[in-house]
Amino acid sequence: MALLSKKDTKLITDPLTDNNPITIQVLGICSALAITAELKASIVMSIAVIFVMGFGNVVISLMRNVIPSKIRIIVQLIVVASLVIIVDQVLKAFAYPLSKTLGAFVGLIITNCIIMGRFEAFALANKPWRSFLDGIGNALGYGVILIIVGFFRELLGAGTLLGYQVLGDPITKTGLYAIGYENNGFMLLSPMALIVVGLIIWVQRSRNPALVEEN
Amino acid sequence: MANTDKNSYTVIFATVMVIVVGSLLAFTAASLKPNIKENERMEKQQNILYAMGINENEEGSINFISEDKVAEVFSTGVTEQIVLEYKDGAIVKEMSRDEFMKANSIEPYLIDVKKQQTRAKEGKSRFLPLFKGMQDNKIVYVAPIRGVGLWDAIWGYVALDKDMVVRGAYFDHKGETPGLGANIKQRYFMDDFYGEKLLTDAGVFKGITVAKGNNDPTNEIKDDYEVDALTGATITGDGVSAMIKKDLKLYLPYFQNLKNKS
Repeated sequence: MALLSKKDTKLITDPLTDNNPITIQVLGICSALAITAELKASIVMSIAVIFVMGFGNVVISLMRNVIPSKIRIIVQLIVVASLVIIVDQVLKAFAYPLSKTLGAFVGLIITNCIIMGRFEAFALANKPWRSFLDGIGNALGYGVILIIVGFFRELLGAGTLLGYQVLGDPITKTGLYAIGYENNGFMLLSPMALIVVGLIIWVQRSRNPALVEEN
Repeated sequence: MANTDKNSYTVIFATVMVIVVGSLLAFTAASLKPNIKENERMEKQQNILYAMGINENEEGSINFISEDKVAEVFSTGVTEQIVLEYKDGAIVKEMSRDEFMKANSIEPYLIDVKKQQTRAKEGKSRFLPLFKGMQDNKIVYVAPIRGVGLWDAIWGYVALDKDMVVRGAYFDHKGETPGLGANIKQRYFMDDFYGEKLLTDAGVFKGITVAKGNNDPTNEIKDDYEVDALTGATITGDGVSAMIKKDLKLYLPYFQNLKNKS
C-alpha cells in the first residue's frame, strides 16, 4: 500500500505545479519580493513557512467545528501569530544563532497571505491529516518559487550563490569578470523579483495552455 | 453542537481564546526568559571580543569564541571595563567597574545603550561604557554604538586605539533586508573599517562615511575617512555612518585627555 492515497498525493503535488500559490493563485508575493535577494534567505524562509503552514493548518482544522464564523479571520490570525511567537521564543532560548538568522522573517511569516489563504480555503473545511498535507504542499510550492527567484537574483545580482563567489571576484577581476562581465545590481532590488516571477509564470503557462484564463 | 453563529457563543469563544492564548504565551515567555537572558549576555561578550579581534574566524567566515569558553576568554581578554558619565559635551566622571557596580549593580558591558540615549535626550547625564583589551601588544578601547537602519535598530562595537584609529568593528541589526542591508554584518563590510581614522591630523573628529561611488573599492587608502558602500543598502549604510559619527564622538574628550596625559 502506498504511503499516501492518490487524492492525498495530489494535495502535495498540485501546489508545486498547476496550482502554485505564487504563480497561479498569486499569493505571498510580498514576501517573495522582500527576501529573495539571496538564496540562503529564500531557503530559510521556505523551511520556516513549511513548518508554520503544516502546524497552523492542523490547529485550524482541529478547531474548525467550534470557530464562530463571524470572527474566524481573527482566530486564524491569533493561531498563526502565537505559533510563530512560541517558535521564535524557543529558538531564542535554545538555538540562539539560528533565531538571529530568522529574526527578520518572523513578521513576514505572520503576514504571509498564503497562510491565511489556506486556513480559510482548506483547513476550515477539511480533516486534520488532509489539512496538514495541503499546508505542506502549498508551503513547498511557495518555497520552490522562492528558491528559483533567489537563485537567479543572487547569481546575476551579486555573482554569488549561498555567499560563494561562483563567477569569480568582481574587485580583483578574476573568472568571468576578467573578460568584462559585470554584476547587474538591478537584480538585487525588489522590482526584479516581480519580473523573475513574471517570467516563471510565462514559462509555466506556455508549457500548459490549460492554465491561461480566457477573456 | 452549539449554534456557533450566536452572539453569546462568539463572545464566550473570544474570551476563552484570549485567556488561553494569553496565558500560554505568558507562560512560554516567563519560563524561557532566563535562557534568553543568558544567551543575550553571552552574545554581548562575544561581540565585544570580536571587535577586539579575539575570535575564531576562518577565511571569510565569522566565528565567535564558542559559548562554553566565552566567559573565561572575556574575563582575561577584557582587561578593564570603565564607565564614563557624560553630560553636555563633557565627561563629568570616570568610574571603574567596581565603582559602577556598587552604584548600579550591573556589569558595565550590560549597560543598555538605547536607555542611555533616551536619558541623554531627556537632558540627563548618560553612562558611556568602554572596554579595554590588548591587540598586538597595544591597548585597544571598545565602545558600543547604536542607531537606526532602514527598518529597525542597528548597533555595533568599534575597537579604537589611543589615536582613535579603528582596530576592529562588529555590526549587527534587528531587521535589515536580507541580501541588502543585512550585509553590514558580513566580513567584507566590517573588515573594511580596520585602520580607518576618525580624527583629522589636527585632532578634529571627522568620523567614517559609508560612501557610494568610492574610488577605492578594495579599501587600500586608509586616510580618506570612507569605506565602500553596499549595493542596494544606501539607507542602512547611512545609518552606519551616522551612528559612528554620533556615538563615537561622545568618547572624544576621553581620548583627548588620554593624549594630554601621555
